[in-house]
Amino acid sequence: MKNSWIIAKRDLGSFFNSAIFYVVTTVFLIVYSYIFINILSFFSMQSMQSGQFQQLGMALNINEMVIEPSFQNMAVILLLIIPIVTMRSFAEEKKSKTFRLLLSSPVHLKEIIFGKFLACMIVIALMIFLSSYSIGFLFVIGEPDPGPVLTGYLGVLLMAGCYVSVGVFASSLTENQIVAAVITFGFSLFMWVIGWGAQAADSATGQVLQYLSIIEHMDRFLKGMIETSDLAYYLSFIIFGLFLCHRALDSNRWR
Amino acid sequence: MIEVENLTRYYGSRRAINNISFQIEKGEVVGFLGPNGAGKSTTMNIISCILPASSGSAKIKGFDTFEQSLEIRRIIGYLPETPPLYPDMIVRDYLKFAAGVRGVEARNISPSIDRVIEKCSLKDVGHRIIGRLSKGYQQRVGLAQAMVHNPEILILDEPTIGLDPIQIIEIRKLIQELAAEHTIILSSHILPEITQICKRVIIINEGEIAAVDSLEGLTATLRKSERLSLTVRNPEGNVLEKLNGLDQVVSAVTGEENQFLIECILRSNLQDEIARLALENNWGIVELKPVSMTLEDIFLKLTLEEKEPAA
Repeated sequence: MKNSWIIAKRDLGSFFNSAIFYVVTTVFLIVYSYIFINILSFFSMQSMQSGQFQQLGMALNINEMVIEPSFQNMAVILLLIIPIVTMRSFAEEKKSKTFRLLLSSPVHLKEIIFGKFLACMIVIALMIFLSSYSIGFLFVIGEPDPGPVLTGYLGVLLMAGCYVSVGVFASSLTENQIVAAVITFGFSLFMWVIGWGAQAADSATGQVLQYLSIIEHMDRFLKGMIETSDLAYYLSFIIFGLFLCHRALDSNRWR
Repeated sequence: MIEVENLTRYYGSRRAINNISFQIEKGEVVGFLGPNGAGKSTTMNIISCILPASSGSAKIKGFDTFEQSLEIRRIIGYLPETPPLYPDMIVRDYLKFAAGVRGVEARNISPSIDRVIEKCSLKDVGHRIIGRLSKGYQQRVGLAQAMVHNPEILILDEPTIGLDPIQIIEIRKLIQELAAEHTIILSSHILPEITQICKRVIIINEGEIAAVDSLEGLTATLRKSERLSLTVRNPEGNVLEKLNGLDQVVSAVTGEENQFLIECILRSNLQDEIARLALENNWGIVELKPVSMTLEDIFLKLTLEEKEPAA
């Protein structure tokens, strides 16, 4: 654990030293903020109209109409951005031959992998934290239910964890960062849309496909529910990705 | 201290090293010598626990490099062919990181860094970015990371490659200083380096050990004859024939312009007779000297003449 933290700290240092972090964070915040402002102004427009229509006013809910869609959009933007954050993890170490320092040091391979995972997660968490001004603003102007907000953040972080674990694994496969990013993006997107096959398939297969979909498990978190099956899905997804990464790096030494 | 037994390693179907065995005692400075691609780096990677062997075993202080690699990794310092440097880091931060992953305790990190910075003369560049340093300084930073945890064994893969002559001399001097406190394994394809630093040489060629011996031993076993070089001003008449006519001369061949290389039986002291011959025939001696066999000759002899039995 101490070793993982040493490795994560070095990776974070190199993130904050490079332009990638600042560019990615800026792009993330701009796109997210633009979407948030639009959602919010649509909501306030409806609120104004609700004076005239009683029934519409009953249905207005800031959690459901602003916070929930904001989180869903954040999930989409993260899908595009996380591959850029994770692509360097192992690919760069291998390319610049620095990986041998880690391999010849008294650290376990799993400690190295967890360190890399941790560094990427901290970067993503920081980006999400910076974007939380938007939800904070809602608490200033209104009274949203804090429960679903907290579970929503937990859901987004867990989903980001899945992307990161795919990304770290992809990065362990190649020396080329672009290849790593493309694999990460492709696979994450596939896990996202896999549930769409549910409509065409028969009910048993459909259920399986639905369960496999990465976005499917977000819904309940956004509604304020923490279900064991969702937690189990995300955690096992993350652990499986890191396990594959371990296998890939270990088998690399034998070839 | 280091025992390597029947080590074999395949990359896919290509065999990089085949059945290598040797032993290294504590405090020794051993040189791995061999042409590029001979298997030096592979052997070093296996000893450093980076690669597993396909078969055979390597043990350091009784620990197996595969089964108990963590114990070994604590007591070795490894400098790969390309120093494992993060170009965007500051030298001190980098050494701090290296000390951390190499298992130096938190309170000892700062003194350890000061020690290696002092030893590798990095004081002036401690706060500079690694990527902007000269190749010589980068190599020294690489050496510093390998010894930051004060390992008993230093494994240095071609530590002077790509440096200019002055930097090479500096690094060599540094390694010689380190030899007092560490067991060192050093690889090189540059021969003078090995002759200067190492007491014992392991010659590897095409994945197999061609010879393991001390330098003196190698020269002695391989030298079955002495060689003289004769340079003259006007080689009139049949010089070669007359030289070959002498007793004790094994063979005489023409070298460069007006130069003749004479191979003769050991301790035959032919100089007098050759000089007399030259005077009688008015060749005009410019130079007559014994040619000592360099490591280069031994190396070529061992690696090129396959049938030659290894020492």
